[in-house]
Amino acid sequence: MKAALFNDLQAARAAKAPVALVTALTDGAQALVYHDRVDGSLPEAVVAETRRRLRDNAGGVVEHGDARYFVDCHNPPLRIIVIGAVHISQTLVPMAAIAGYEVIVVDPRASFATADRFPNVRLVDDWPDEAMEALKPDSRTAVVTLTHDPKLDDPALEVALKSDAFYIACLGSRRTHARRLDRLRELGFDDATLARIHGPAGLPIGAVSPAEIALSILAELTAVLHEAPAVAKAA
Amino acid sequence: MTDASAFASQEDVLATAGSWLAEGRKVAIATVVKTWGSSPRPVGSRLVVDGEGAMVGSVSGGCIEGAVIKEAFDVMAGGAPRLLDFGVSDEQAWDVGLACGGKVEVWVERLEA
Repeated sequence: MKAALFNDLQAARAAKAPVALVTALTDGAQALVYHDRVDGSLPEAVVAETRRRLRDNAGGVVEHGDARYFVDCHNPPLRIIVIGAVHISQTLVPMAAIAGYEVIVVDPRASFATADRFPNVRLVDDWPDEAMEALKPDSRTAVVTLTHDPKLDDPALEVALKSDAFYIACLGSRRTHARRLDRLRELGFDDATLARIHGPAGLPIGAVSPAEIALSILAELTAVLHEAPAVAKAA
Repeated sequence: MTDASAFASQEDVLATAGSWLAEGRKVAIATVVKTWGSSPRPVGSRLVVDGEGAMVGSVSGGCIEGAVIKEAFDVMAGGAPRLLDFGVSDEQAWDVGLACGGKVEVWVERLEA
């Protein structure tokens, strides 16, 4: 491996930019594949397959004609930032942890965000806009707002919509969500940007209990993560 | 959780490779590229070796490290990068120490200064 390529790989990882290191398992020629560019020389089909694997975080050997390539995926860890240390969060947080996500709960209200209610999770008691600026959502981060309170949800959404977060969802009825979109529109967000918000959050599976709602949200963000066609676009 | 921990462990090993190279040490990187059957370490697992035989990380539960390090020395001495193949049959697996009966391919390359 050339030092220049190695340094680029390490820089991308430090910046939490998804990147795949592709090695020809013959002469050892290497390339770095990013979501928007390729450093090095690879057949088009191998680049496409590499990007698919990068999205699914599934490294391995790719065969192309007689050649074999090793695709090594370097993705930042999957995270879910939950706005609101509310009842549903108490179910969503452990379920998301089991699904492999690093979970961060943001709620400035001290009586909600307690270690008793949320053991073994990172709690942030800053205001959501400050918390979100510090957490820097990236393309492997989901943001879910659950407070129903515009004072808390909206500032988090303002930061989320300016980020590469792969999934942004808001709990609340359709009426609540329509009012939320109106407020965000007044802040200058256009319809294409607002279409990134999944609201009401979750797949329509008739969820009623907190666990069912958490399940519907996790199912929806999983589908979006893997670009499963039926639900990949926000409604 | 698996995702985050895999990332963290990879990061440590590659960061070590980088700092060793910066210190002027010879460095080889061995990477698991394919596994069949029961292999102790998943695809993407790495062993980093320096010219004195110091190492971090792993490509197996310890059973093939010896053979991998031998090839790593050859690569650090200027040999071409190479693909190593361990396992196949249970009998051969036993010979190289893969008593689990698994099969694993390991890519060995030099980190060039």
